[in-house]
Amino acid sequence: VQSPISIYYHLTFHAEFASFKAAALIQRWYRRYMARLETRRCCTWRIFQSIEYAGQQDHVKLHDFFSYLVDHFTPNSNHESEYDDYESIEVPDNYTGPRLSFPLLPNHATALVEAFRLKQQLHARYVLNLLHETRKHLVQLPNINRVSTCYSEEITVCGDLHGQLDDLIFIFHKNGLPSPERAYVFNGDFVDRGKESVEILMILFAFMLVYPKEFRLNRGNHEDHMVNLRYGLTKEVMHKYKTHGKKILKILQDVFCWLHLATLVDEKVLILHGGVSDMPDLELLAKLDRHKVLTTEVVSCEREGRAGSCPGAGSAPWAPPPGLPRGHRASRSSSIPCSCGPPWGPGAGRCRQQAGPPRAGRRGFRKETISWSFQVVDILWSDPMAQEGCKANTVRGGGCYFGPSVTEQLLQKYNLQFLIRSHERKPEGYEFCHRRKVLTIFSASNYYEVGSNRGAYVKLGPALTPYIVQYQANKETHRLTMRQRISRVEESALRSLWEKLFASSLDLLGEFKKHDADKTGLITLSAWAEAVESVLHLGLPWRMLKPQLVNSSTDNTLEYKSWLEDLAKEQLSRENIQSSLLETLYRNRPNLEAIFRITDSDHSGFISLDEFRQTWKLFSSHMNIDITDDCICDLARSIDLNRDGHIDINEFLEAFRIVEQSSTEGDTSDCPQATNTDNSGCSKPSKR
Amino acid sequence: MVSPLPELVIAEFHKKIKDAFEVFDHEANNTVDVREIGTIIRSLGCCPSEGELHDLIVEVEEEEPTGYIRFEKFLPVMTKVLLEKRYRPIPEDILLRAFEVLDPSKRGFLTKEELIKYMTEEGEPFSQEEMEEMLSAAIDPESNSIRYKDYIAMMVVDDG
Repeated sequence: VQSPISIYYHLTFHAEFASFKAAALIQRWYRRYMARLETRRCCTWRIFQSIEYAGQQDHVKLHDFFSYLVDHFTPNSNHESEYDDYESIEVPDNYTGPRLSFPLLPNHATALVEAFRLKQQLHARYVLNLLHETRKHLVQLPNINRVSTCYSEEITVCGDLHGQLDDLIFIFHKNGLPSPERAYVFNGDFVDRGKESVEILMILFAFMLVYPKEFRLNRGNHEDHMVNLRYGLTKEVMHKYKTHGKKILKILQDVFCWLHLATLVDEKVLILHGGVSDMPDLELLAKLDRHKVLTTEVVSCEREGRAGSCPGAGSAPWAPPPGLPRGHRASRSSSIPCSCGPPWGPGAGRCRQQAGPPRAGRRGFRKETISWSFQVVDILWSDPMAQEGCKANTVRGGGCYFGPSVTEQLLQKYNLQFLIRSHERKPEGYEFCHRRKVLTIFSASNYYEVGSNRGAYVKLGPALTPYIVQYQANKETHRLTMRQRISRVEESALRSLWEKLFASSLDLLGEFKKHDADKTGLITLSAWAEAVESVLHLGLPWRMLKPQLVNSSTDNTLEYKSWLEDLAKEQLSRENIQSSLLETLYRNRPNLEAIFRITDSDHSGFISLDEFRQTWKLFSSHMNIDITDDCICDLARSIDLNRDGHIDINEFLEAFRIVEQSSTEGDTSDCPQATNTDNSGCSKPSKR
Repeated sequence: MVSPLPELVIAEFHKKIKDAFEVFDHEANNTVDVREIGTIIRSLGCCPSEGELHDLIVEVEEEEPTGYIRFEKFLPVMTKVLLEKRYRPIPEDILLRAFEVLDPSKRGFLTKEELIKYMTEEGEPFSQEEMEEMLSAAIDPESNSIRYKDYIAMMVVDDG
């Protein structure tokens, strides 16, 4: 028996325009299919962004804690000459990596690219030498760098690379190596997250020394030692250069402060990393002492609602006191002539409220003396928005969201044609906005996962017409259909999401129980969505994601206990999920790393047991984590495997992985104590 | 089982619509680009034709079209669509029948040229991009044709 709909269609097909109608039907069905794919793609993107963003939100809670740490652990730097002393470093005869001599020649730089492509590592002596020369060079340069197409016929502008060496090599391969005829501008965020930030820096600095007029680097918000602590560069340097990493980081900190803030092409195209504010002052920008801006991490303001456009590339920032001498342990409350005290002190609440929208209010209290440092923050952190106006960038906690009229104002004031910036990930690697007056260019392809996004660079000739080239530095993706690409990326996003869900198992159970007053063991799927959001605060469209997270239940209810159990099975298999401490540690892993790196102020790789205990106590009180002193002591002692009163940071993090590992191997314990097993068991790298 | 109260049904629809809308609300200001409306409506389970979509857009647009659709306007219209169960998806057997109409000699496949001709000249024609994307997944490289029965089966499984 055919349904009425079937009969209707059946008759339709016998009508005159059968093939027309058949085609229309197929098209209609196909478009719906593609729409579903597109939705999945967007959801996936959102998952990645909100997880990344949620990690940064912890910063809001942690700012007091961080400031305490920084105040107490920032070293007194009386040994400024230390890092200049690279000449005494011996390079062993069996070193097969690239060797540099100064002044650098083009073939040195090219050799570096080739060497890194072959996965060689540059010896610390050359690294330090190169950084030293780089700094000498940068010091003479102005804040705003000027380039002209009269000299170089074409200028290529690249955006964020974030330690992805493959993309840099690809760009040079496809676009050609830098030369006097082929100028390059790299627009910040060369480092963090990717695994080859050091190599990228070496290449970029080398070419800059070789072609000083044609090869320019703008500072990004990640060219900042505070951000690096948390996002990977510090770790990468210490890992690759165990003996001299400390020195390298010190001079790097300085080099970053000396980078250009912006580049101007033919006085017509302005290139800077983030964006602008409604009070752009290029004259001021050109005059200010950029070297004094050690860090632009500013205190995170109250966040409104969800992450919105979720740029996510930077961490939540806190304010730099201008004029702070290098390494000086001054109490920060005295250094900002701001009427409401330092942004992170007792007056912080007031400051934060003022810093929220509308923008005009925020500017009210600022005096001339400190406004210039905010100019720098604005340049490195701001994002464009479609709406008119200019409001505080509450997602990033610093800089602003600027609307089309702000751009128009800037372009008119300085007689510019358009603005090129980076700072935000775009699926296609680039995006125009503000009636094509603002171009975002992002050069790290496959940022989240193979297939997640393209990278792009833009070329400008004398006519200054932007010509964009896109790529994806992974051969595999070209052979996949859109469907397959989306599946892969989706899988990766879902895995991250499952991890997060697992880390909050206990809280979720609590929430589910609240929705199950009759103790039936069941809740509706609607309740599930509400509960999950109230625990994770990721702002995700849970009802859209439901099919991927919950095995389809026909009657719209879920047995939540078994769902949670399945979750655990997916995650750490035989892990004892009753251990709330473990979950807490797991959840806070990125913060822990940052904290310990700050605590280890001399970058020795060790902190004392006492420091560890104090730090952990403070951390848990700020995060409202309930942990007994005994548990902390046990944890500390169990980590100090050789009983010398010191904890090796790397070993702590390894120990944490051992704990995960050994629990899965069957010996569960109540408090995660690293048993005296040797480290050979923990070969599995933990996913960041 | 007692069917749920209409208010609850509507409340549930509202939440669903909000979630779907938010996926594309890139600036978190309760607006989406008008070009994404079709995707949103389809992600909620509806299968309108382009013409029907156009009519819906007219309903949710501002009087002076801005290129953006506000959630406040979208919600009531979409709720009605869901309540009235408009634009139901196409059953698999009907889809098969449609392909068979285009393949009168019942070979079981369409050649690449035939598919391109039908999809780009008849019905509500595909753009070049849409055509390329469909071909990339549908074409059996050995025969350079589309075995539509297999194709449907593959796509339907994916649809979830």
